[in-house]
Amino acid sequence: MKAISEMQDNGSVPAPAAAATQNAYAVRRRNSELLRIATAGSVDDGKSTLIGRLLHDSKSIFEDQMEHVVQTSERRGDGYLNLALLTDGLRAEREQGITIDVAYRYFATPRRKFIIADTPGHEQYTRNMVTGASTADVSIVLVDARKGVSEQTRRHMYIASLLRIPHLIVAVNKMDLVNYDEDVFYTILEEVTNWSSRLQIPDITFVPISALHGDNVVDRSDAMQWYGAAPLLYHLEHVVIAQDRNLDDVRFPVQWVIRPMSDSHHDYRGYAGQIAGGVIRPGTKIVALPGGQRTTVAAIDTYKGELEAAFPTMSVALRFTNEIDVSRGDMLVEADDQPTTARELEAHICWMSDRPMSPRGKYAIKHTTRSARAIVEDIEHRVDINTLEHVKADQLNLNEIGRVRLRCSAPLVVDPYARNRTTGSFILIDESTNDTVGAGMIINATS
Amino acid sequence: MNPVHYELSHLETLEAESIHIFREVAAEFERPVLLFSGGKDSIVLLRLAEKAFRPGKFPFPIMHVDTGHNFPEVIAFRDRIVSDIGERLIVASVQDSIDKGRVTEETGPRASRNRLQTTTLLDAIEEHGFDAAFGGARRDEERARAKERVFSFRDDFGQWDPKRQRPELWTLYNGNIRKGEHVRVFPISNWTELDVWQYIATEELEIPSIYYSHERQVFARDGMLYAENDFIELMDGEVPFSESVRYRTVGDMTCTGAVRSTATTLEDVVAEIAATRITERGETRADDRVTEAAMEDRKREGYF
Repeated sequence: MKAISEMQDNGSVPAPAAAATQNAYAVRRRNSELLRIATAGSVDDGKSTLIGRLLHDSKSIFEDQMEHVVQTSERRGDGYLNLALLTDGLRAEREQGITIDVAYRYFATPRRKFIIADTPGHEQYTRNMVTGASTADVSIVLVDARKGVSEQTRRHMYIASLLRIPHLIVAVNKMDLVNYDEDVFYTILEEVTNWSSRLQIPDITFVPISALHGDNVVDRSDAMQWYGAAPLLYHLEHVVIAQDRNLDDVRFPVQWVIRPMSDSHHDYRGYAGQIAGGVIRPGTKIVALPGGQRTTVAAIDTYKGELEAAFPTMSVALRFTNEIDVSRGDMLVEADDQPTTARELEAHICWMSDRPMSPRGKYAIKHTTRSARAIVEDIEHRVDINTLEHVKADQLNLNEIGRVRLRCSAPLVVDPYARNRTTGSFILIDESTNDTVGAGMIINATS
Repeated sequence: MNPVHYELSHLETLEAESIHIFREVAAEFERPVLLFSGGKDSIVLLRLAEKAFRPGKFPFPIMHVDTGHNFPEVIAFRDRIVSDIGERLIVASVQDSIDKGRVTEETGPRASRNRLQTTTLLDAIEEHGFDAAFGGARRDEERARAKERVFSFRDDFGQWDPKRQRPELWTLYNGNIRKGEHVRVFPISNWTELDVWQYIATEELEIPSIYYSHERQVFARDGMLYAENDFIELMDGEVPFSESVRYRTVGDMTCTGAVRSTATTLEDVVAEIAATRITERGETRADDRVTEAAMEDRKREGYF
């Protein structure tokens, strides 16, 4: 296992003293923010090495996990430290040396806690990428410096855009193999920038890295003095995500009604849910949709007492000044800022099942806390996710993305996905198998 | 209004996500149950359930699968805490399964009831007609668990099929099942061991005494320290000695190892966990050491 010692020598492994300081920090600091990252990529583009590097350099790989990787790499004759073994947890994955699913990895620095949703990057895993991207704050797209922008790069950027991941980091990797050449980096930057003008990505950052040697991953690279900005981890620690949540439109899908009917709380009614948008305060005047009943928030209850304000993504219970008939599936909003109550939806759908989606197909639809049935009225087109071309399609096959019109059996209370990722998304369920077969992002809606 | 004020800490974000999951299950399933072991993760689950449903009662009972080989301190703690919060406890007993001939006791110095629990658990789920069972598993614990969904579908044999998992997007959980099938629900999937300890410290939750450093008669086996107890036969050369230890996980006395420790307060414990270089299951659980895929195999059979 020569390669292992080489990697450790080449890498910028923090001294034990530094690690101890960091851990002491972690004990004191319980108030760090949570950042969700999506990565996609295949074995050759160095994604596993990058994740391994982030985990390793932030001291998040435990000794027994590392020992397992060393032993298994050796036994399999990989000839290098196969950090993919850290994330590939299933027997079939280890036997076949592939990633077949979304793996979740966790690491922390003194500033933030990170969740990485790590997915395979090939086209046949589009559904896994979409799944991993659905909750992400940041997407890391890897570009091989030797190969430049590839079909895979464009695909990953399109998925990040479609799923409205607010921040994109393009990590130009393997800079060591192009002599850390500034021109190579800027050529790729320009090409990606041109391509991204066709997408909806509000914030793109470019970082030239060598995941293998650790350049610009955690520490600034000595070999790339020409790159004036911060290394990758710094961006992950500092990207501002608080503004990404929708604080403008009050959206509160009612999940559960708390009615103790005990002696001490005989008349208590708390409408429980997780806030999907806006800021709610005692005194906020609300309308319950689709019914249209009006009332005012009297109090925001939590286990630890009442709050003065509640905002996404808090889970709370609301009390009203007067009783109205509200139950699970209703959406509480402000009267002057209402979403659309609609039975007809136009949406992008990523298809996730072997059985294709066809016109007239019927499915169960789940949107916020409301369920109904939906029929496919029309498949307008399929999107070629490598070229962004619209292609005429009679059906949507596994891993395909298309623009579709649906009609629902009951009205849903929706926003465009671009406005709100919670009230703008839905899933489709095949009622014969109970499988989740489609992921939908609403474009517009009509009653 | 300055948006800078509207920020949540990582624990607040994780807590809100977990409460949401609890309420989804309560609303969409007919007969959920909360699996409680007395360990730190299920103690956090109890508090999250309180946060989700108070001032109401839990819309489900609490169930403990009792192997009969638990630490007595943990059983005493279980009974007190459930009575304190005023909820209903069901105990499913592995001894009963043995007495009824459903399972056969292993023999020898390495005998454990760990695997037998699965039958007791599945029998109890069937007997009570539970369609959803909350568990305290976390994705950072183990390789197979890192790939498991929050809603983990089980067929009518209780089996998990890692290749046929439903995609899980946004905060939309698909709980559709047929009669006889059930779902294991893991509300703290995204928590790490350190998150759990920080939450216990923040919420000032009571935990069983064995999590704190204490003097105990232990013996060494396979690089771990086991408590001397009635359920485990000593092998040649194994000599008990007194040591200052604590437990990082709570399982059976036959398969759970202790770690040397002087941590006597929650702050000490959190500091120790933050500095540790070994995973909790690697350091203290013999049940995961059988094969490379020990957890995956047990989960396929219906284990927690």
